[in-house]
Amino acid sequence: MDKDYDDIPGTYVFDTKRCKEGFHLNKFCKSLDQAENREQFRANPDTYLDQYPMTAEQRKMINDRDWLGMLQVGGNIYYTFKLAIFDGLTMQHVGGMMSDMTVDEFKAMMLGGGRKLEGNQSKKQNQGGS
Amino acid sequence: MARIVAGVGCSHIPSIGAAADKGMEQDPYYKPLFDGYGPARDWIKKVAPDVVILVYNDHASAFSVDLINTFVLGVGDTFKPHDEGYGPRQVPDVIGHGELADHILESLIMDEFDMALANEMTVDHGLTVPMTVMFDKPDAWPCKVIPLCVNVIKYPQPTGNRCYNLGKALRKAVESYPEDLKVAVFGTGGMGHQLQGERAGLINQEFDQHFLNNLKDNPEELTKLSHVEYMRDAGSEGIELIMWLMMRGAMQSPSEAYRFYHVPMSNTAAGLVCYEETA
Ligand SMILES: [Fe+2]
Repeated sequence: MDKDYDDIPGTYVFDTKRCKEGFHLNKFCKSLDQAENREQFRANPDTYLDQYPMTAEQRKMINDRDWLGMLQVGGNIYYTFKLAIFDGLTMQHVGGMMSDMTVDEFKAMMLGGGRKLEGNQSKKQNQGGS
Repeated sequence: MARIVAGVGCSHIPSIGAAADKGMEQDPYYKPLFDGYGPARDWIKKVAPDVVILVYNDHASAFSVDLINTFVLGVGDTFKPHDEGYGPRQVPDVIGHGELADHILESLIMDEFDMALANEMTVDHGLTVPMTVMFDKPDAWPCKVIPLCVNVIKYPQPTGNRCYNLGKALRKAVESYPEDLKVAVFGTGGMGHQLQGERAGLINQEFDQHFLNNLKDNPEELTKLSHVEYMRDAGSEGIELIMWLMMRGAMQSPSEAYRFYHVPMSNTAAGLVCYEETA
């Protein structure tokens, strides 16, 4: 069933379907909030990831650090951001990578007042539909 | 009798806490923000609440995808800062008010708000950053804190209207507690922002200003905002503003003591309002 929020461009609403789909991916990311887990993951990423029965696609997104892709396979930004913190990244880095901008471009956009709503409000509107 | 004497609406952006922890308040990027917080800090010193009911959300810290509660009241006596990936923030432990929290919990459930309760949980930036914003860096927080944690991450979040009505029930609960206590309610999060997806970085100042301009006198209009309106117009994470409506619901006749709005802080619009109860 189509949801009203599916019309919002560039947005992956963390609904029940995505929450189930991304369960193990998000559990992995969440586990990095413990120092001993961070050490284990750093020492041996593959063995560590084996504890979380993700799909091959999800695991690839993690390995590739495909921040946008993770959201498309059920990741939630508050969870995936724990992996970004592990990598030493900030929300500006991740925001830039998800929207195909360099971190400097992204920072400059934020200093200019952020991304504008105009042109980013509705997929239908952007296609010139009703 | 306990009374609600003040309400605060306050963003809880993690980088604000990080900047304070590193002593970067005078850094050109952060200075305008911390300068803007000065009058609020002076104000809250005069208000001097005994207890703050702090409405916030957990960001995959104390709670995970295993179990998602819509509303959780912290009834324990101590809440420690969570390790969000950098080690826990070096801020004081949050001291609860178990007795008042028990009373509030019972009152809310009898009022048909079916709260979950936490005897023990850690608290993340959602709670500790507003404490830093309002109280700076004391050795111990100057008041007790009752955490009220709202699910704003997993759709569907509670409606703004539900939060507003829960705020009213909070007021009733506080006012039926026999001890003389000054209570403040903080509604935190927001303002407009989107962290995720190709639309990351979205900020809609018009939406935020409309929210700030109507929160005091027309909250009922704001309670009509739908999930899709928040997510589309304020950004997917802007739906955190429903927590400000809970604070507003707990106030009867607020007067605005202070307001501050600043763009950007990290990927977010930072807002702050301070209300005094005149009823
Ligand atoms: Fe939040």
